[in-house]
Amino acid sequence: MQETVIALRGIINQFGQHRVHDNLDLDVYRGEVLGVVGGSGTGKSVLLRCIAGLRPPQGGSIHIFGQDALNCSETERRAIDMRMGVMFQDGALFSSLTVRENVEVPMRNLAGLDAGLRRELADLKIAMSGLPYKAGDNYPSELSGGMRKRAGLARALALDPEIVFLDEPTAGLDPIGAAAFDELIKALSETLGLTVFLVTHDLDTLHATCDRIAVLAEKRVMYTGTMADMLHIEHPWVHEYFHGPRARAAVETLERNA
Amino acid sequence: MVQTGPDQTMPDAGPDSAPVASDLARAQITRSGAGFVLTGVLNVRSLPTILPELEALAGQDVQIDLSDLAKIDTAGAYALIRLRARLQDRGAVLSLTGVQPDHQALIERVEHSLPKPETRTAAPRNLMAGFDALGRKVVEFLRFLGDLHGMLGLFLARLVYAIRHPSEFRLTALVHHCDQVGLKAVPIVALMGFLIGVVLAFQGSVQLRQFGAEIFVVDLIAISILRELGILLTAIIVAGRTASSFTAAIGSMKMREEIDAMRTLAIDPALALFVPRILALLIVLPILGMIANLTGLIGGAMMAWIELGISPGMFMARLLDDTSLDHVIVGFVKAPVFALIIGVIGCHAGMQVGGNAESLGAQTSSAVVRAIFMVIVADALFSVFFAILGI
Repeated sequence: MQETVIALRGIINQFGQHRVHDNLDLDVYRGEVLGVVGGSGTGKSVLLRCIAGLRPPQGGSIHIFGQDALNCSETERRAIDMRMGVMFQDGALFSSLTVRENVEVPMRNLAGLDAGLRRELADLKIAMSGLPYKAGDNYPSELSGGMRKRAGLARALALDPEIVFLDEPTAGLDPIGAAAFDELIKALSETLGLTVFLVTHDLDTLHATCDRIAVLAEKRVMYTGTMADMLHIEHPWVHEYFHGPRARAAVETLERNA
Repeated sequence: MVQTGPDQTMPDAGPDSAPVASDLARAQITRSGAGFVLTGVLNVRSLPTILPELEALAGQDVQIDLSDLAKIDTAGAYALIRLRARLQDRGAVLSLTGVQPDHQALIERVEHSLPKPETRTAAPRNLMAGFDALGRKVVEFLRFLGDLHGMLGLFLARLVYAIRHPSEFRLTALVHHCDQVGLKAVPIVALMGFLIGVVLAFQGSVQLRQFGAEIFVVDLIAISILRELGILLTAIIVAGRTASSFTAAIGSMKMREEIDAMRTLAIDPALALFVPRILALLIVLPILGMIANLTGLIGGAMMAWIELGISPGMFMARLLDDTSLDHVIVGFVKAPVFALIIGVIGCHAGMQVGGNAESLGAQTSSAVVRAIFMVIVADALFSVFFAILGI
């Protein structure tokens, strides 16, 4: 039996009268790469923000590492946060700090880590996310979109979290950069034993990285399963999503490479 | 490479034969036979306590058994790799035994992606570097002055264009900015003028009473407010209010590429953004100055009445008889110049904003400082000019 690291039960999210999630259930298992898909406005990012603790849901329960994340003390919540990392869509790097200083920020919370070691570890994380060494001295505004995403990933990985949340990791990247990012996610999740919660629209990313896919539709998680399972689902939106012209191209490439 | 394998026999090593225990129970290194055994969790949290103990081993060859290590993360792997590098520098070898396959994979991954530091060339610090920096600053300042003239020229050219093509002129925008820059500034300008008049009358009366020359307080108030303070202080307040809002508005449009979008849609940013703003300033600054003059005189008259018993009627008569109209003209001649300075600096700073929010803030505050500074410099030049003319 796989260990469940995140368990969502009966999540309700509402904006005014508009209900985005209604009785949503979802489990995330340790070590897997879970891709969350859904049409625009189905609340993929809202769900991510809920789990990351940025937005409390109106109802339901969230258990992370077996702990009730909604009804716990601030210290406990901080302890949970330290075990998770979030990469925001455009990196959300602090613009007044260099990339290296950005990666060092989470490490500053750890007592006893001296500045030299912190710097070396930050350099290591920057290199692991595929950035050149010199990028560490750059300010976020001096980097391209793809490099900012990598720097955002480096910061998310700074404390070797157990769960990483990625919000549209390949959006806005060119195909080569996106493929390289997919490989990076896959490689990191394998070697570091990361659990990855990935919100994406990119079918290639789903094919290349995800162990399991969760489809958000009709205000809940409609289906979960592997990519192969998804191809046999009759639900019109899911069918359209995984059998549309773009999906076919992605499947064909995958089959050619296989 | 990190040597691995259970069969390696290493010579007895280590600075201390007693078990080296960590205070935290997270990672622990203990002496065992020929080598050491590392147990617990070797991660970024346990690193601060375990690292000094690990580095203390760096004397001779070291053998560490990792078979009972529960967990390791990239920081832990890095610590082991760093220890091995330190040992290598002293000609010693680190051997890791009983490494679990997933730990081995992680260590290799970290080793594989280890950054290769590139040497940075440090800038030399000497007298020449100081001159170099000074020269750059001077050139930058001259370029800035040149840019300001460019902006002024652009404004004038587009103004002429707008006069010749009235249909392309944005009257709504002009009215909107007149409201923003002018009408909304009336309360603060009026209050400021009034208080300046009060203060001048009060301070003046204290001094002039010693000579029995109380009546001259009228001249003091009239000349200083009409000639200098009314318009100068109004310009300073407007510079603070308006230069910053111009920079913020244009800068945020520049930041979000709205200016570029306008260019691609064949809308001239100068005509659409700069002309209505600077023109609005040109129109309202003299009016605001007039309001400041008026409230200043009222404040002065009130204080003169209370403090010196000069009735408003007497104040009025003295004002009309003895104060030359020249003072009013000298004051108002400056208004359009101040308006141009404030508007041009505000718009120019807005166009200098780069891609990030930080440059927006920096440009906004520097626009205010520059505008106020330039207004005062211009006022000083006017004083010299009028003194030479003898007005």
